[in-house]
Amino acid sequence: MYDFLLADTARVLPILVVAAVGIAVILLDAFRNDSPSIPWLAGAGLVAAFVLEGFKLYDPQVAFFGQVYSGGAAAFANMVVLLGALGSVVLSVPYLKRIGHNYGEVHALILFATVGMMTLASAGSLITLFVGLETMSVCLYVLTGLVREEKGANESALKYFLLGAFSTGFFLYGIALLYGATGTMLFSEMVEGLAVTERTGIFVGGVALLLIGFLFKVSAVPFHMWTPDVYQGAPTTLTGFMSTASKAAAFAALVVVLARALPVDLVAGEVQITLSVVAAVTMVVGNVIALAQTNVKRMLAYSSIAHAGYILAGLAAGTGEGYGGALFYLLAYTVMNVGAFGVLAALEWDKEQGAIQDIESLAGSGYRQPILGVTMGVFLFALTGFPPLAGFIGKYLVFAAAVDAGLTWLAVVGVLASVVSAYYYLRILVVMWMKPETDAPEAARQPFALATSTTVVLSLCALLLLILGVMPGGVIEAAQSYFDAGAIVAGR
Amino acid sequence: METLVRLILLPPLLVAAFNGMMGLFMPSWRKNEWLIGGLALAAVALPFAVTCSLFFGFEEAETVRYFTWLAAGDLSVDFAYQLDELSLLMTMIVTGVGSLIHLYSIGYMHGDDGFWRFFPYLNLFIFAMLNLVLAANLPVLFLGWEGVGLCSYLLIGFWYTELKNSEAANKAFIVNRIGDFAFLLAMFMIFKTVTDAPGFTGTFGLDFATLLAPETLALFEGSTGLWIALLLFIGATGKSAQIPLFVWLPDAMAGPTPVSALIHAATMVTSGLYLLARLSAFVLLQPTAMAVIAIVGALTAIMAATVAITQNDIKKVLAYSTVSQLGYMFLAAGVGAFFVAIFHVMTHAFFKACLFLGSGSVIHSMHHVEHELEHKGLIPSHHGGHGTPHDSEATQNTLRHNPLPYDGPFDAQDMRTMGGLRKYMPSTAITFLISTLAIAGIPPLSGFFSKDEILYKAFEYGYDGHALGYVVWIIGLVTAVLTAIYMTRAYLLTFEGKPRWPGFMDVKPHESPWTMTVPLWVLAGLAVIGGFFGLAPVVAEALGTHSWIHEWLVGHGDHVGPVAELGHEVVPSHAVEWGLLGLGALLALIGVGAAWFGFRFGERGPEADRSVRKLMGVFYGPASKKWGWDEAYDAAVVKPIVEGSRKGLAPFDKGIVDGAVTGLARSVRGLAGVLRGAQTGVVQTYAAAVVLGVVIVVALMLFV
Amino acid sequence: MITDFVPLFIMILLALGLALTLLKLQQWLGPYQPGKIKGSPYESGQDPVGSARERYSIKFYLVAMIFIVFDVELVFLYPWAVSFGEFLQAGGGAALGALAVVGLFLFILVVGLIYDIKKGGLDWD
Repeated sequence: MYDFLLADTARVLPILVVAAVGIAVILLDAFRNDSPSIPWLAGAGLVAAFVLEGFKLYDPQVAFFGQVYSGGAAAFANMVVLLGALGSVVLSVPYLKRIGHNYGEVHALILFATVGMMTLASAGSLITLFVGLETMSVCLYVLTGLVREEKGANESALKYFLLGAFSTGFFLYGIALLYGATGTMLFSEMVEGLAVTERTGIFVGGVALLLIGFLFKVSAVPFHMWTPDVYQGAPTTLTGFMSTASKAAAFAALVVVLARALPVDLVAGEVQITLSVVAAVTMVVGNVIALAQTNVKRMLAYSSIAHAGYILAGLAAGTGEGYGGALFYLLAYTVMNVGAFGVLAALEWDKEQGAIQDIESLAGSGYRQPILGVTMGVFLFALTGFPPLAGFIGKYLVFAAAVDAGLTWLAVVGVLASVVSAYYYLRILVVMWMKPETDAPEAARQPFALATSTTVVLSLCALLLLILGVMPGGVIEAAQSYFDAGAIVAGR
Repeated sequence: METLVRLILLPPLLVAAFNGMMGLFMPSWRKNEWLIGGLALAAVALPFAVTCSLFFGFEEAETVRYFTWLAAGDLSVDFAYQLDELSLLMTMIVTGVGSLIHLYSIGYMHGDDGFWRFFPYLNLFIFAMLNLVLAANLPVLFLGWEGVGLCSYLLIGFWYTELKNSEAANKAFIVNRIGDFAFLLAMFMIFKTVTDAPGFTGTFGLDFATLLAPETLALFEGSTGLWIALLLFIGATGKSAQIPLFVWLPDAMAGPTPVSALIHAATMVTSGLYLLARLSAFVLLQPTAMAVIAIVGALTAIMAATVAITQNDIKKVLAYSTVSQLGYMFLAAGVGAFFVAIFHVMTHAFFKACLFLGSGSVIHSMHHVEHELEHKGLIPSHHGGHGTPHDSEATQNTLRHNPLPYDGPFDAQDMRTMGGLRKYMPSTAITFLISTLAIAGIPPLSGFFSKDEILYKAFEYGYDGHALGYVVWIIGLVTAVLTAIYMTRAYLLTFEGKPRWPGFMDVKPHESPWTMTVPLWVLAGLAVIGGFFGLAPVVAEALGTHSWIHEWLVGHGDHVGPVAELGHEVVPSHAVEWGLLGLGALLALIGVGAAWFGFRFGERGPEADRSVRKLMGVFYGPASKKWGWDEAYDAAVVKPIVEGSRKGLAPFDKGIVDGAVTGLARSVRGLAGVLRGAQTGVVQTYAAAVVLGVVIVVALMLFV
Repeated sequence: MITDFVPLFIMILLALGLALTLLKLQQWLGPYQPGKIKGSPYESGQDPVGSARERYSIKFYLVAMIFIVFDVELVFLYPWAVSFGEFLQAGGGAALGALAVVGLFLFILVVGLIYDIKKGGLDWD
């Protein structure tokens, strides 16, 4: 009778593995403070979970009475999250050492945040969703304020926390309304429940509030104000982590809600209108403000806002192609953004002046550190959406889905906005490769040895972007196989 | 066949990667100029040889598929390449001219610090360009399309230490992106139209074979087709420098001259034409789009020609001349004669590459002159500021004896400092003259045949009852005269008359090395004979043969080529055709004669510009200011966006943040200060923004 | 209907009675020496009236947080313990599963406690 317990446990095994490794890291750190083996342990755990998820890529299951989805889309999203976490863990070690904050707890927190993200991306009910969201958020608040003695870090952590709590309020209220309207917390039962109660007004209101919570987490305009501050204040490699993995998880959960919990006419109606308006505003505002930034981290923060807009365009399409395209985009985006922040982290020479990352401080760094210069070139061109890199494929898929769903205007806005984006991405490259070294401050020009692990991760990221751009076949197929187009597509 | 296509595509890519990596990570490798250059040359010569064998052994069009690139739902794009008459011809041009320019570059770039990065860029360009012309579907073509844009960006900004150059590179990249995204949108719309069609099953990969099949073309009647055609045309205007997106090309001359020859004259800029020719069957269905193409082409042709007359920088003259000639090609496409456009692409590749390389040869030796002059103290040194009136006494003295013919520093590209170079650089001068006469349209050089065919097709279009045909024909005729004038002017100012650089008695320029002159002679030879591939119909008939290019591209008898053309119901009589041929030749002669014997640029030098100014009247001023396009763009597009970001949106964000940061700086009382600072202003504002968002979202969800 | 709540009422009365009795008892039994400090509402030394911006040791928060964590743990354990009997009756390994789940929960908490002790979170200098 309770046999399901064992089977279901196996279905969430990757999450359990990450959690167990997190606990092990905490214990290890308790007995051997900041032990150098901690990152290895954390990395091994993430790899193990990644492999386990890989086996379930084509094996969608439901676990714990529908509370949790396992395999399929959830596995895809979890793999993206794990990839981001893995990259960040490896890149963080030399970086944190340099700024003198190489605590064992950092890795534990990354692992626990990853557990939250995976739960979020696997959520099958509103409760699981909320638990995942909060587990993730609390860890990220702490990670943001890691450099305790920095005022900027404290400020960002506090801002993130306060605004996060604020948005959580909306999220919870939305959950309450949805429960009130349908009498269920499970995604799979919502449409039926709504049919029984017919409380459509309350339901739509609940969906609106839920969307607000999501839009805050993915930093869509106008819920984006926290993003630049937080990204600037947090340690750079961890910024890379939270700008990618947390977004991937939140987007994956949003996709699941849209595809599995909401009635078709709502997704093709009000939700489509809302998401497309928000997507358009996000793409334009994110890209245009990024133009005026002179701080590279802030620039990338606004760029990540803009990328959220592109992904939202795919979601607004409301089709299987759109959702699949968004999932693929998340993968590409995670790889390129983790890489870009990794390069920035490698170029920070200390935690004071060096952490500011004014664009001029990068002058001539391309020749000084060819690996960083070349990989950064790949990341930036991928972010611009340049073929044959993965970023192009991602953009192609989401915009093509938008056009296919009749949102040609949205694709036009997005396409023009990404023309603008070329301008500021290029500026970074121009400074890195084309400005004389003498433009950079004295301290930035000190030669330093690049950690082997950094070189390897950055090269792998760049290579992955190229491979995903040239031969994305199987990955796109997987991403698009999860959402049966016929069942979801409405109004077509 | 698959192997052969690999042999065409991969060598440039692999050698680019090899040379680039070696140079980047092993600084000592950078000194092996002959090895780097030789490898790079071989990586283009090999594909050329393969293409030749395919070209001469051509039997029927073939498509080579490698693997699936993008598969999503009913989209399935293959990495597939198409070998047909059109793609083989373009591949011949790209690899052939490319090989010559690689050879030339070995001499031209000799001793440059960036020698080792130059060749990987150039190889990469060849790879991207081959992707573009060989692609069997739109996405792969787009891949090449973006790739050539990237390489063009890298090469324009090659000498990046000058800010002006990297700005020019950025401008080229961004203007091109506008065109690229129009292209992307066109692809989306084509895909949607095809897959939404009733009865559509299976997958669609935007491949030309399916797209250009009659039953698919039938789907594009009506406004969707028009929009797609116009979007494709916008894409083409970006790459091929037409109004309104041509502004990047003149600035792109900041790159090394071989680059200008290869990318910005012979190959990349013609890819817009290639796209239209490839999709000619599609574009032909949209008469409105065709009219737009013809008008834009004609206007670009004459606009750029008037600017070219007023320029003194030899490369700027050639740049505007390129824009103008590209306008001619679009004119041809617009009147439905796509094969003539491609014919002109071919002849233009020969003579314009030759002209650019010739100018490179001139600039190369003028640089030596400049160094020697600096060495002798006859002009202020490069590093010691520019030739302002406050320069050293010695400079003032020498300049008094022999001043520069204009204000400002010595410029190795300015024709006003040249003159009489024929004596010193005979090979360069003669090849330059041949190409000048070819572009001017003097029979029987190649430019005469291709340009005349364009004008004839425009006339024929008008004769068939389209008034537009006559309009663009007349514009074309005027442009032809202007072309002859400005090119002859450029030749005369550079090579004839008296030397005009300071101290020309002591400092002599010299001819370039063989690596540079051999390509010049080869290209000049091609510029002479290239026209015979596309003899005008009457001439061909008189000679008892036929126009090879028409037969090859459009078809003849059983053979159906890849390029469509507009049929005409009424065609002019042979007598009219002969008359038009004569008129074309006459106009070319008038233009050359006017410049040579009328304005006498040779004897009078830059003085003769006064006569031009008098003749052009009110047009001269705006033309010399390039008709104000750059300023207009600045005022209408760049300023609003950048300023809007800097002054409008960013302060909204930045003011808050800066306020917080300065507030922080003031209150150094630790966390308490942070908390207070955060609580009294910032986070509340952020929360207010969230509330605003909540209102918007709820309103959209509940009330829209 | 209302009779269902009789035990609850008895419970309330008992609690009230006990509290009141104890209060009165300590007044009768204990020595009574009033003073300024002793008269303040919080005998622990906290002044209830005054500036809110006062510094006090971060240890207060650490201890308080850990206290809350274990407090909440008890709240969780209580309903579990109450329903454990049902799991036992259900058989089929249900009780084992329920035990494992709560064991995991306790284990995680204990790990937190160990970490806290090792890092000196409970040392009051």
